[in-house]
Amino acid sequence: MYAYDEIDRTLVNERVAEFRDQVKRRLSGELSEDEFKMLRLQNGVYLQLHAYMYRIAIPYGTLASNQLRRLAHVARRYDRGYGHFTTRQNIQFNWIKLAELPDAMADLAEVGIQSMQTSGNNMRNVTSDQWAGVAPGEVEDPRIWAELLRQFTTLHPEFSFLPRKFKIAITASEHDRAAIKIHDIGLRLLKNEQGETGFEVLVGGGLGRSPFIAKTIKPFVHGHDILSYVEAILRVYNQYGRRDNIYKARIKILVHELGIEKFAAEVEEEWQQIREGVLKLDQDIIEDIRSRFFYPAYEALPAMPDELKQAAHDATFEAWRKNSVFPHKAQGYAIVVVSLKPVGKPPGDATADQMDALADIADKYSFGEIRVGHEQNLALPHVKKRDLPAVWKALEAIGLAIPNVNLVSDIIACPGLDYCSLANARSIPIAQEITRRFANHDTANLIGRLHINISGCINACGHHHVGHIGILGVEKNNEEFYQITIGGRADEGAVLGTLIGPAVPYAEVADVVEDIVEAYLALRAHPEELFVDTVTRLGVEPFRERVYATR
Amino acid sequence: MTSPLQQKIKITGPSIVTANRTWDGAVIYRTDAKSWSDELTDAAIVRTADEARALLTEAVADDLNAIGPYIAPVEVEADGAVKPGNMREHIRLTGATIALPAQA
Ligand code: HEM
Ligand code: SF4
Repeated sequence: MYAYDEIDRTLVNERVAEFRDQVKRRLSGELSEDEFKMLRLQNGVYLQLHAYMYRIAIPYGTLASNQLRRLAHVARRYDRGYGHFTTRQNIQFNWIKLAELPDAMADLAEVGIQSMQTSGNNMRNVTSDQWAGVAPGEVEDPRIWAELLRQFTTLHPEFSFLPRKFKIAITASEHDRAAIKIHDIGLRLLKNEQGETGFEVLVGGGLGRSPFIAKTIKPFVHGHDILSYVEAILRVYNQYGRRDNIYKARIKILVHELGIEKFAAEVEEEWQQIREGVLKLDQDIIEDIRSRFFYPAYEALPAMPDELKQAAHDATFEAWRKNSVFPHKAQGYAIVVVSLKPVGKPPGDATADQMDALADIADKYSFGEIRVGHEQNLALPHVKKRDLPAVWKALEAIGLAIPNVNLVSDIIACPGLDYCSLANARSIPIAQEITRRFANHDTANLIGRLHINISGCINACGHHHVGHIGILGVEKNNEEFYQITIGGRADEGAVLGTLIGPAVPYAEVADVVEDIVEAYLALRAHPEELFVDTVTRLGVEPFRERVYATR
Repeated sequence: MTSPLQQKIKITGPSIVTANRTWDGAVIYRTDAKSWSDELTDAAIVRTADEARALLTEAVADDLNAIGPYIAPVEVEADGAVKPGNMREHIRLTGATIALPAQA
C-alpha cells in the first residue's frame, strides 16, 4: 500500500471542485460540448453507446480494502452495481450520469482514488506487475519507481498536450507480467555489474492499428537518471510526433519512421543537456517514496502448514490451489489470484457485492490489500498459506474461486459493441461462448496455458495482437466478422500473432477456436509443450488447414 | 473535428437522427416536434438527404440537451413499425446483448 501525502490530497480535491464547476457550466449551457469534451477527457469521462463511461486509475494495480469498498459504493450508488477492470489497471463504470459524476468523484477522492489522465493525449496511469513487491526474485519493488513517475508526470505541463496518449509500464521480474513491450515506454528494473539499480529502457511498443513491439533504446539507465531520461524521450516525441495525423501520432510510429538508432541519438543529445539538472534523483527522495509503501510484518511461518496438508485431500480445493495460488517472497505466504472470468460471464467484471466481500477477505487474510492485473484478474498479495483453505471457501461463496487462471477460459476482452461507440463487433458474447465450450476444468487443464484476447475493433484494447489466440472484430456488409491470429505473446518474448486466414462470422468463432485447440492437442510434441510454442515450432499452416478445410 | 454538418450527407433508406442526452448520456431520438424522445417510435423519419440535413441541423443546434447527433438508418415495416437499421443501433436501442453482471 502507498500512503498519499497532503500535496496529493489537495490536488485531487481541487480537481473534484474544478470538475464540479465544469459540469455545472456544461449543464447550464455555459460550456458547449466541444469546449467540455477536452475537460471531461482529462478526467476519464468518455461517452459510450448507452451512457457516459467513467475510467478510474488504480496506480500500479494496488488497492486498499477501503478503496475497493468505495468502488463498490460507487457501483451501487451511481452505476448499475458492477464495474469493469481493464487491461491497464483501471476500473470503468459504464452507466454513470454526468450530473452525478462530481459526487462520485468526491466520494472516491475521500479514499485517495482519482481519474486524472485516464483519457486524453497525456501520460496515462503508470502500470506495473500486479505481484510487485511480493513476487520472489524481484530486483526491488517496481512500484517505488512507478510512483515516482506518477508524481513526475501528473499535470506536468509538458506532458499534458502530447501528440497522443502515452503509456508506461514497469516490471522488476525476469518474467514480464506488465506487458512492457507493448507500451510506449517499457522499463525493466535490473542491477548493473557494479550492483547499482537502474533500468533497461524500451520504447515504441503499442497495439492499435499499427502494432509494434518495443525496442531497447538503452540497456542501462541508472535509477537516479530515470526521470531525466524519460523526459528526454518525451521531449523528442513532443517535438517530432505526428500531430497532423491521429493514426501516426503515437511514439511507436516516430520510432519506426526514424529508426531506433536515430531516435536514440536524438534522445541522447537531449538527455545530455538535462541529466545533471533538477531531475537527477536524490537518494532521499527515493527513500521517502519507499517509506510510504506499506509492507506487512511477515511472521516466520512453515512452508507447508498442517492446514494445507489436510485441505489437499479435497480435490476441488487442490485444483484451485494448483491453478490460482502462486509463490510469495516470504516463506509461509502465498499470492492468490482471483479470476474474474467465471464461465459465461463478461471478463473482468465484478459486482459491488463481490467487491465488498473481497475487501472483507483482504482485511481478514491479506493485510487489507488487493491487486489488479493486466489480465483483468485480481490478486490477494499476502495470504498466509495456512489460511488458503479459508480464503478458498470465502471466494467460493462469492463465485470467485475459479481455477482457470492462465487457461483457455481466462480471456482478455474489451467491452466491444455491447458498450463501445468505436466498436465494429461484439467481444463479450464471443468470450462467454468460448468459456462455455471450455467449461470443463479437466479439459482446460489438459490444454494448459493458453491466452485468448479479444478486441471489438482495430484499436486493440483487448490486446488481440498479442494473444496466443487473438480475435479481432471487423465489419463486413453490416455483419460482425472476426479475424483470427495465433502465436502472439505479451511477455518478455513478446511477438505479434499471425493471421490464419479470412475472417469468420460471429456464429463460427467459438467453433474455430475449438478447431485450433484440437489441432494443437494433436500436434504438440508432448503434453508440456504450450500452445504458443507449438505454433512457434510449426507455424500457422497446420492450423490454417484444420480451420479452413471444412469452411 | 469536422462538424457533422460539414460532412456529405448520403442516405440509402429511411433514417432518423439520434444522439446521447447530455445530463445522463442516455440514447435519444429527434422527434417531429423539435424535441427528443428515448423511444425510437417517436423519432422523425426522413427519406431524402435534404430532409436528413434539416433534421440534423436542428438537432446539432440543441447542444445543451444532446451530444453528438448523427443520422442512422432504420427499417420501416409494412405495418409502419420502426426498427433499428443495424446492429449498433439495435444495441443502442435495446441495451447490451448480454446479461449485466449485477442482474439476477
Ligand atoms: C469507451 C471505451 C474505450 C475507448 C473509446 C477506447 C479507445 C481506444 C483507442 C482509440 C485506442 C487506440 C489508441 C491508438 O492506437 O493510438 C485504444 C487502445 C487501447 N485501449 Fe482502449 N478504449 C476503450 C476502452 C478500453 C478498455 C475497456 C480497455 C481494457 C480492457 C482499454 C485498453 C486499451 C489498451 C490496452 C489499448 C492498446 C494499447 C495501446 O497501443 O495503447 N481500452 N483505446
Ligand atoms: S478495441 Fe475497439 S471496441 Fe474494443 S474497447 Fe477498444 S475501441 Fe472499443
